[in-house]
Amino acid sequence: MTKVFSQFISIVTPILLAPMLLGWVNQVRAWLANRSGAGIFQPYRMLHKLFNKDSVMASTASPLFRFVPYLMFGCMLLANAIIPTLSTDLPLASAADAIALVGLFALARIFISLAAMDIGTAFGTMGARREMLVGFLAEPALLTVLFSASLIGQSTSLTTIVEAVAHKHFAIYPSLVFAGMAFILVFLAENSRVPVDNPATHLELTMIHEALILEYSGRHLALMEWTASLKLFAYSTLGIALFLPWGIAQKATPSSLLVALPSLALKLTLIGVVLAVVETFSAKLRIFRVPEFLATAFLLGVIGMLTHILLGT
Amino acid sequence: MNIPAIDLVLWVISAWMTVGLLGIVALHKFALVSRIFFPIGALAGLVLAIVAIRALGSGKVETKRLALGLPQLPFHLRLDALSAFFLLVIGLASFGISLFAAGYFRAGEGTAPGLLCLEFHFFLASMALVLIADDAYAFMVAWESMALASYFLVTANHRIPKIRAAGFLYLLIAHIGAIAILLCFGVLQANTGDYTFANMRAQNLSTFWASAAFLLAVVGFGAKAGVLPLHVWLPEAHPAAPSPVSALMSGVMLKMAIYGLLRVTFDLLHLHIWWWGVIVLVIGLSTAIFGVIFASVQVEMKRLLAYSSIENIGLLFAAMGLALLFRSYGMNAFAALALTACLFHVLGHALFKSLLFLTTGSVLHATGERNLGRLGGLIRYMPWVAWLAFIGVLASSGLPPFSGFVSEWLLLQSFLFTPGLPQPFLNMLIPIATASIALTAALAGYAMVKFFGVIFLGQPREEKLSQAHDPGYFEKIGMAWLALLTIGLGLAPNVLLHLIDPVTKGLVGVGLSHRASANGWWLLTPTSMVRASYGPLYFLIGVASTCAIAFVLVRLLYHARLRRSAPWGGGHPWRNSRMQDTAEGYGQPIRQIFEPFFHLDRHLPKPEDTAPEYHVVVSDKFWEGVFMPIARATEYVSAKVGKLQQGRIAIYLLYSFVTLLVILLLVPMATR
Repeated sequence: MTKVFSQFISIVTPILLAPMLLGWVNQVRAWLANRSGAGIFQPYRMLHKLFNKDSVMASTASPLFRFVPYLMFGCMLLANAIIPTLSTDLPLASAADAIALVGLFALARIFISLAAMDIGTAFGTMGARREMLVGFLAEPALLTVLFSASLIGQSTSLTTIVEAVAHKHFAIYPSLVFAGMAFILVFLAENSRVPVDNPATHLELTMIHEALILEYSGRHLALMEWTASLKLFAYSTLGIALFLPWGIAQKATPSSLLVALPSLALKLTLIGVVLAVVETFSAKLRIFRVPEFLATAFLLGVIGMLTHILLGT
Repeated sequence: MNIPAIDLVLWVISAWMTVGLLGIVALHKFALVSRIFFPIGALAGLVLAIVAIRALGSGKVETKRLALGLPQLPFHLRLDALSAFFLLVIGLASFGISLFAAGYFRAGEGTAPGLLCLEFHFFLASMALVLIADDAYAFMVAWESMALASYFLVTANHRIPKIRAAGFLYLLIAHIGAIAILLCFGVLQANTGDYTFANMRAQNLSTFWASAAFLLAVVGFGAKAGVLPLHVWLPEAHPAAPSPVSALMSGVMLKMAIYGLLRVTFDLLHLHIWWWGVIVLVIGLSTAIFGVIFASVQVEMKRLLAYSSIENIGLLFAAMGLALLFRSYGMNAFAALALTACLFHVLGHALFKSLLFLTTGSVLHATGERNLGRLGGLIRYMPWVAWLAFIGVLASSGLPPFSGFVSEWLLLQSFLFTPGLPQPFLNMLIPIATASIALTAALAGYAMVKFFGVIFLGQPREEKLSQAHDPGYFEKIGMAWLALLTIGLGLAPNVLLHLIDPVTKGLVGVGLSHRASANGWWLLTPTSMVRASYGPLYFLIGVASTCAIAFVLVRLLYHARLRRSAPWGGGHPWRNSRMQDTAEGYGQPIRQIFEPFFHLDRHLPKPEDTAPEYHVVVSDKFWEGVFMPIARATEYVSAKVGKLQQGRIAIYLLYSFVTLLVILLLVPMATR
């Protein structure tokens, strides 16, 4: 019974908390820019508004276009369900390991790109091309990061990796240092943050993610926005699980959750602050500098794996 | 009812040959050939698949001697698990392709329908014969008939000079490969004069000769498979051939080369030398990366798929190389894992790549266009083809829960085991290899999004595309068969692992299946539950149920309506379908990032041009770097030799006379 309960918690928590994480990042960014900000509940109001609006859909849209928001939502929810956030006792995690998690992100990316190409406007196809450009470099980089971690845990199962990292003696793994740096770069690129993309822009020449969802409106846009926040949440919890897993519960008993939940909240708060600081203090890259940025991440990931093999730890 | 499986295979082969010969009788009876003969050939393929499954299940090795061909040189035939597995590949893929071909071939193909029928079925029959051949003689006869039948099929439309050129290039490289294979067999029989595989198995070659045989096999079979740098025929021959033929060549024939290399390296040779694995691994990885990068910049749909095939062959070679590496260190369980990844991908790729080539055939027939820049929006006019192609595209991109992902997953799993290798140099190689596999998989997604997005999504780039429509029943059934198998393979990989089991047991002595299915058939656990697991069915149910719940909740809680209107497009007042990304535009980031890989010929318009023109041609550096110098040297030499040929009888008589004199001079010297 605790298994099912634990899985249930790990699905409901992201759905409810993900928009708040986004709201928190925006709030900190506002503070850093000396504005008062809209508060951490603004994304919820936004979602509520969008769900109530009529959806305007292009007359050229095919069924693929209507179906993609739901699919994206499903993909990101599953991704959250298999990443150990509060406890490592997840029955669904056996269905998909670290490689399948990357596959899941790739599935979502390919669907959103195809949906953007479906309407046949210049923005949509440009966004799709750029998203795939970011994707084909970020995806192998993320894989190398996960491999560095799985070499330590001797497993590609996320729960096993996290248990290995969290419950061994406290040790600093040199390979994880490189992997961690690579992960930060991938994190920024995959979640369309500055310096790769700017979530606040609608300037056609700079946008990636916004160009992809330009034709969506109403409930479909709401799902897309919610999906984006779920993705941010998934990446944050993945980073926590791989690099700062301390405090995670092995069994989802109420008492262990009492420790796990506040520690997760604290870590997410910190990540939000760091993200906001990084975004405030960096400028957006030209799109042709993005491959260099991501190639750096990829190479760091490879160096991480090499370090593990060279040092044998 | 206990007919030996090998007899049944021979029956299928002779059925194919009979159907082919009947094609000559009904040379121009189009309806008879397409509606009756091709479906019969398809049924024979299905029978072959069933026979192969039975043979894999029974696990018996059957041999047979056929008194065919030259006197004293009977055909030795043998059916073991490895042959049976590849027969299964032929059977499953050919059923779909033959059904499609039944609807596809029409009057204007350039060759009489009866003749096409003959070539097509002889092609199938010779491929099956390659797999059960058990001596070098039978093998080479079958191998060469396969090459010739496919050559004639490639040049079906022989009135177009470009197609003839592509056909010659294919024939040339096929024969370079055939020579290497023949020499390889020559080395393997070790001067015993007995060319049966049984004799080759019994020989104990020295390291030098075994390596020579191995290298010849890599060159010979590599030329057929299309690995670097012998890949140049592939992107020429595939677009030239009619689509069912491209499907058969790319999906099935390339796998015959994989079969041959597996047969020679794992069955006929017994030495385990570590650098063999490294060579195959490095060739495979460079081929994979090269193929996928070129696939991403192609502007012609069948060339794109051809380069994607090169990529997949590269992945197969990489998996095979890894298996060789593991075997050389006696880690047979891991070798079995890598081999399983290889074999799984053999079938997976055979199915989804055939499917994709068939869909291009439908698009070609419906629109008359093969250039991506003139397609678009076909999902509205050809929904069947589009959605079936979509399944192929998702599998080809290596996305869960489709079949491409399973093989990629198994391959990455086997790479992750390599830290156990006892050699530091190899251990350094592995992370780089793993990273290149990951990069290849991600780039494959890029190429496939381009393929699907530009052809089927967006707005039609030409007026006439709105007249396009779905093909007939035969074509739909053929494609749907391949699509269903692709889905099934992705969702229940353990079923196929069960069939692969006897193959890996035969080659490296270890089977994976009992461990892989230890936690139920729906969960794939190649080593142990703790180490790694993947449950595609769970995966699908997880995504599908969350989708459904989201859909129902949104509908229940909110009652907003849906309106249709013109695309917003950033609010620009006018737009047309030409504003979409072209195929060139979609390839632009790749051209920029991987510039050193390409030979670019680009013309950019200047601001003062009154009639601005833009073109970019991406070509292969191997042409200029490797093949053209060889061709020029050959021409130079033959021009010099040509001076001997004066065309006058007197001169030739003089040559004969001089030769005679020289011989008369030499004979006494030799006899003394």
